[in-house]
Amino acid sequence: MQADLLQEARRQAEICNACRYCEGYCSVFPALHQERFFSDANLTQLANLCHNCRGCYYACQYTAPHEFDLNLPKALAEVRQDSWESFAWPAPLARRFQKSGVMIALATILGFALLFLAFRALGSNGGEGFYAVLSHSAMVAIFLPAFLFPLASIAVSLRRYWQETGGKTITPSQIVGAFGSAAKMKNLAGGHGDGCNFEDEDRFSQARRHAHQAVMYGFLLCFASTSAGTILHYIFDIPAPYPLWSLPKLLGIPGGILMVIGTVMLASLKLKADRSLGAPSAWGGEMGFVLLLFLVALSGLLLYVLGNTAAMPALLAIHLGSVLSFFLLTPYTKMAHGFYRLAALVRDEQRKSTG
Amino acid sequence: MTSQYDIAIIGGGNAALCAAMTAAERGAKVIILETAPKAYRGGNSRHTRNFRCMHSAPLGPLVDDYSEDEYFDDLLKVTGGKTDETLARLAIRTSEECLPWMEEHGVRFQPSLSGTLSLARTNAFFMGGGKSLVNAYYRTAEKLGVSVLYEANVTHLELDRDRIAQIDYTHEGEAKYLEPSAVIVASGGFQADTEWLTRAWGPAAKNFLIRGTPYNRGVVLADLLDQGVQSVGDPTQCHAVAIDGRAPKFDGGIVTRLDCVPFSIVVNKEADRFYDEGEDVWPKRYAIWGRLVANQPDQVGYVIIDSKSLKLFMPSVFPPIKANTLEELAGKMGLPQAKLVETVKTFNAACGDTSGFHPTELDGVKTIGINIPKTNWARPIDEPPFYGYSLKTGVTFTYLGLKVDENAQCRAEKGSIRNLWAAGETMAGSILGQGYLAGFGMTIGTVFGRIAGREAANHAS
Repeated sequence: MQADLLQEARRQAEICNACRYCEGYCSVFPALHQERFFSDANLTQLANLCHNCRGCYYACQYTAPHEFDLNLPKALAEVRQDSWESFAWPAPLARRFQKSGVMIALATILGFALLFLAFRALGSNGGEGFYAVLSHSAMVAIFLPAFLFPLASIAVSLRRYWQETGGKTITPSQIVGAFGSAAKMKNLAGGHGDGCNFEDEDRFSQARRHAHQAVMYGFLLCFASTSAGTILHYIFDIPAPYPLWSLPKLLGIPGGILMVIGTVMLASLKLKADRSLGAPSAWGGEMGFVLLLFLVALSGLLLYVLGNTAAMPALLAIHLGSVLSFFLLTPYTKMAHGFYRLAALVRDEQRKSTG
Repeated sequence: MTSQYDIAIIGGGNAALCAAMTAAERGAKVIILETAPKAYRGGNSRHTRNFRCMHSAPLGPLVDDYSEDEYFDDLLKVTGGKTDETLARLAIRTSEECLPWMEEHGVRFQPSLSGTLSLARTNAFFMGGGKSLVNAYYRTAEKLGVSVLYEANVTHLELDRDRIAQIDYTHEGEAKYLEPSAVIVASGGFQADTEWLTRAWGPAAKNFLIRGTPYNRGVVLADLLDQGVQSVGDPTQCHAVAIDGRAPKFDGGIVTRLDCVPFSIVVNKEADRFYDEGEDVWPKRYAIWGRLVANQPDQVGYVIIDSKSLKLFMPSVFPPIKANTLEELAGKMGLPQAKLVETVKTFNAACGDTSGFHPTELDGVKTIGINIPKTNWARPIDEPPFYGYSLKTGVTFTYLGLKVDENAQCRAEKGSIRNLWAAGETMAGSILGQGYLAGFGMTIGTVFGRIAGREAANHAS
């Protein structure tokens, strides 16, 4: 990890530790106040616990032009970004995608191209519906490794994170605590429940929290929809397409709508927010990722609506191509933050339980 | 020019904002003239943290109760009786209704708090501290239609017999004026004007650090006093604490405090001890050391501790100076080496049984047989590495201000000034003759800010 970023975060953490006015805002401060001297591991954990709500920045009496020049959200965002790059496996890919929306766009286009190629080369094998464009076995052959590889990659990265931050054996109550906090996005509530300071200087608002939850729950619904489809296919021998009153659709349609709304909100909030309170170099990559998620959700919904029209093969290619890109990029894009954040929350539960 | 504003408020901190919101809610057209740029708005309120509040039952974040009499007794203890009882009791009594009012106007309090202070019964802590309170109030005030002009330097209030006729100010390099029907002064003390401080204190004041805003230069206060507006308070009195000697000249705020004095010996530049470091716990020890250090040569002090005390106090913003021997420490701190070693040796020899040592209460672990005793927490300084901090006097605010009545109205020789009110630090000397009570500045500002806003709005309508 980069020593200068860690050193700057350490300088700021020491000032915060002497002040302590922000104690109530989020989990970062109680964790910070427990230390006196900050190791790289402490700073990595604090950085991944930070949700970039910016409450502490706007409450801070020491931000520029004050000579202490505090900007903790930025300092932690940079350490966080850097930590993901250093834990990512395989590493060289990571640097490119974390930081670049252009790379994400290129990968997405490449995904489409591969899918179109697959349509031509592998074809339908006599299937119906979507499978008339690409056979089910071909889809599985493409998507199974694209799904398993990111999981393996993230597992390696999280293991590195856990070792670095001195994580211990996880107990069920720590899992419950961490998931509870993520489920409610407690750390974006500002401590008082008014929300965060993301889009309009010091005004508190729930917009980012709601947008984030729409994306997260939307994604989980879509994931559940796909899982339901897989189960229907393999266990009950009911292949796609599924009617409206079926589990995959009842989960997938609201999920897709939530993701579309959430990603649009997140992108617009990102445009309103002050970029200098995050890691400026990561802005493009984060935006690219949000737009990719938007594309995944929107193309999925359109595919449902226009599935019986001539636009279907093209839409299918766009949808499957964006899903493919999304899966493959997961370990190297903002998507990874979800995994690290959960790990940090579990680690913080451990800190709380040891007092 | 006939002003489009009913009320002009000079200053942009807590008291000014409370006045502005109260007046705007009563239908007055209000403008705030704040000297600081937006990033530094809020005066010393930016650096505050809590609000001392009377309550007869648990209230908001406050537990148990805190009666008017107990609160007043606490005030008497720190002021040594130098207070106006009527105004003090008015502030105390009104504080109870202020807390819900503050919440309604956007202030959020935090439920509990770690660290060394245990004030959960008497003081309500702002979530995020004073700047977040200031931010919330500016949001609310602007929603109520209050205009705010930053970097507006008020230079003169024209007193015409019993009323203020005109406000002169400069903004963006141009001289301008306003003729509102009412004026509220809430622009703090004069502590950031080093010359004035030196006139009041003597040359020693040149070495003082100013913990708060550099914008409280007392321009309006001096202007009004020159025109015969009545003053209150002693110009030599101010809230002065001993802070880290490496703190910035201005605006260091809370992080410059050092809580290590009780576990230390404190020497002057000649390496002599000069006061009982174990006299009392926070906040008393904190408040007296500013004056003690101010009376030493070059207005500096040096705290010496050893490794066993390092984690007993709140983390400091600047790391301590560290050395393996006392000689080395003396060298690094610019103290006479042999003398420091001798002072420590004498002190150590006077330490007795330390088994009753208890860092968070008066433990009675004291020295025996030395001229300047240490009456609590007296343990030998003998476990290397040794650590040191320098101390300087840090001024928070001055007490000389405008005399006001129960309606926050200012007076001249011949009686009240019809359209002039004052609130906050600029009139706090009416209540705080000396000493300081944690969180009381915000109480005075909130209570008298609201009164001034109400009275000015009544006058304007």
